[in-house]
Amino acid sequence: MSYVLAIDQGTTSTRCILFDRRATVVSVVRAEHPQSYPRPGWVEHDAARIWRDVRRLMVKALRAAEVEPAQVAAIGIASQRETTVLWDRATGVPVAPAIVWQDTRVDASTIDPDLLKSRTGLPPATYFSALKIQWLLNHTPGLRERAERGEVLFGTMDSWLIWNLTGGRHLTDVTNASRTMLMNLSDLEWDPDLLRTFRIPRAMLPEIRSSSEVYGTAETVLPGVPIAAAIGDQQAALFGQTCFEPGEAKCTYGTGGFLLMNTGTTPVRSSHGLITTVGYRIGSERPVYALEGSIAIAGSLVQWVRDGLGLIGTASEIETLAGTVRDNGGCYIVPAFSGLFAPYWHSEARGVIVGLTSYITKGHLARAVLEATGWQTRDVVDAMNADSGLALTALNVDGGMTADNLLMQIVADFLQVPVVRPMVAETVSLGAAYAAGLAVDYWSDLRDLRANRHRAGSWKPALDSGRRATEYADWRRAVECAVLFSRP
Amino acid sequence: MSHVPGMIQSIERSSAVLRLLAADPDRLRVKEVADALGLPKSTAHSILRTLEHVGFVEQDPRTARYRIGRGLLDLGTAGIDANELRGRALNWADTLAARSGEEVRLGVLRDGLVLVVHHVFRPDDSAQDLDTGVRLPAHATALGKVLLAYSATAAAPAGGLDAYTRRTVTAREPLAVELAAIRARGWGLSAEEWRPGLAGIAAPVRTSGGLVVGAIGIAGPVERLTDTRRQARPALVEQVVAAARSISREVQS
Ligand SMILES: Nc1ncnc2c1ncn2[C@@H]1O[C@H](COP(=O)(O)OP(=O)(O)OP(=O)(O)O)[C@@H](O)[C@H]1O
Ligand SMILES: [Mg+2]
Repeated sequence: MSYVLAIDQGTTSTRCILFDRRATVVSVVRAEHPQSYPRPGWVEHDAARIWRDVRRLMVKALRAAEVEPAQVAAIGIASQRETTVLWDRATGVPVAPAIVWQDTRVDASTIDPDLLKSRTGLPPATYFSALKIQWLLNHTPGLRERAERGEVLFGTMDSWLIWNLTGGRHLTDVTNASRTMLMNLSDLEWDPDLLRTFRIPRAMLPEIRSSSEVYGTAETVLPGVPIAAAIGDQQAALFGQTCFEPGEAKCTYGTGGFLLMNTGTTPVRSSHGLITTVGYRIGSERPVYALEGSIAIAGSLVQWVRDGLGLIGTASEIETLAGTVRDNGGCYIVPAFSGLFAPYWHSEARGVIVGLTSYITKGHLARAVLEATGWQTRDVVDAMNADSGLALTALNVDGGMTADNLLMQIVADFLQVPVVRPMVAETVSLGAAYAAGLAVDYWSDLRDLRANRHRAGSWKPALDSGRRATEYADWRRAVECAVLFSRP
Repeated sequence: MSHVPGMIQSIERSSAVLRLLAADPDRLRVKEVADALGLPKSTAHSILRTLEHVGFVEQDPRTARYRIGRGLLDLGTAGIDANELRGRALNWADTLAARSGEEVRLGVLRDGLVLVVHHVFRPDDSAQDLDTGVRLPAHATALGKVLLAYSATAAAPAGGLDAYTRRTVTAREPLAVELAAIRARGWGLSAEEWRPGLAGIAAPVRTSGGLVVGAIGIAGPVERLTDTRRQARPALVEQVVAAARSISREVQS
């Protein structure tokens, strides 16, 4: 029996999952890594720690299933996107803490939005990598010179892990590269004008490859096993949900929430605040593009209630707490911790809790926490419908928050369409496994993958339309408050 | 610390550690605990680690100091939050449904009934409705019989044992015999005891120390789940037991 090993290097945790040919989970191991918030608006990761976690988890995943390295057909890597790692080419040591995608220390207001959108499909925002690279080059003495000499390398997490696993290959894939603000969407290469604009030396950038091909074999941990996929975690989920046809979409609920719709082999420009991004590219086939509605804060709001406020002991208890009340009592939370992403793109907005009265209990707050994810989903689905000219008839969901039954019901209620969960909730890992398995002929083609897909659960809308409309209007006013309360 | 013969010393010591932590408004270091109780530091450390494992104490990851854990505060609430249990079970419930080809339910015992806390559809993409939140009769279902088998008091459910089919076990004596058999083999079967034509196979989910906090099982047509002698098919039993074991591991980690 042979297996595919998926690495899901996420924002809050890293997972390694072994899948068998029927796409069922054989073993799953995970570790949370620390989030560092050194100043308001700053979010950092320790890339060296993350690499240590990955090494350890790879071994543990095999041991848990009593699988030998020789039984692993390929390794696929899905990873958090945009997060920026700079490391020393000679020593392999990061030169600074990794700047996480949620970090808002940079200023995006000086970028020409038209140039950026036409080249990269992205709006100016603190979210993407280029400004983070620039910040590190500007604020670390001597770094720019070293980068120009090719002594310092940039990578998103995929590059960092591939570099470490292969003993020094410097690569990335089209999906991860499409999140840097540096890749041209039409030729899928680094754009010289943008490199000049952001003053980023070409020598520090990885080579851009497809999402599904053998990049090399592991030199360490599982020596000899081919590394056959690298793909951004949200695109991996699209692939894992087998959204291979134009018009097919999914929403993944983890740290943030990400709605992606396959738009086929031509990039579609949004006029309603969505991102144009690369969905995946299999070997030398034509790239498949996607429209994306990015929600910065979904599960991380729950995490903040747990760690920042201490109202709950585990994330799941948010549902228990929210279940103690029937409604939000008039309270709304807009979690603009990193500004507002799609469809608003207000980097300066900050989070607000509104509608407080003495009536509000922690139960209402918990309910408002879950509803925030519901309304934010509504915002990006409305934008997607407007861009595509079609109304979504059901929402495919995945990710850790789909364990929350009340949340899934809220999403169905707010969207007024059924919410459908597939048989594997770990779709990010599954997508990475699929992309890797295709490259080594573990699976034969997309049809083969599609056959594994089954519905595991669904929630039907039940909220009356009058109440939905009133509450949605309240939500929009709450969003205005968050914008009003922008960082000066 | 003095030790009373016939008593278990490590439990006495653990109780002293808990009292010490509860009495102090600040978090304590291992050394402080050891010194206060006159224990070797390694013993105090082992006790604290064990108490942390069962959720009775918590360690601050930054300072490495200990305090009373939430598990002790929530002692009355049956070991694990039902929503937490669903979160831990998610992957393995999916795997069980995919492998067995049957629908999967995860249940806990509430007021003598089975509360369904998670439901995975049969993987055939037919129209099905989510059962989460529904209550099922305990004595007539595989999930329920497993939960009854491992509960200290509910083994004799209050009120009458309603008959749902002619195979429902409605008398206390035969039910007790059956629950003992479930305890002996570690899984339960219900064949047409709740609904004609339907069978279920279930196994217990255990937290540390063996405490049963839920049950996971499959349900489907009696001819698919059992053989001609109405015995559970061994391959399915193995899958259910393996899923229960994986979830138990997940709950304890
Ligand atoms: N039952 C629940 N209700 C609400 N939120 C939950 C629940 N369980 C987990 N979460 C939230 O979901 C997130 C974990 O989901 P998941 O494991 O998919 O994220 P992740 O993969 O670590 O995140 P990412 O890949 O985005 O970094 C956490 O932010 C957590 O707070
Ligand atoms: Mg993730």
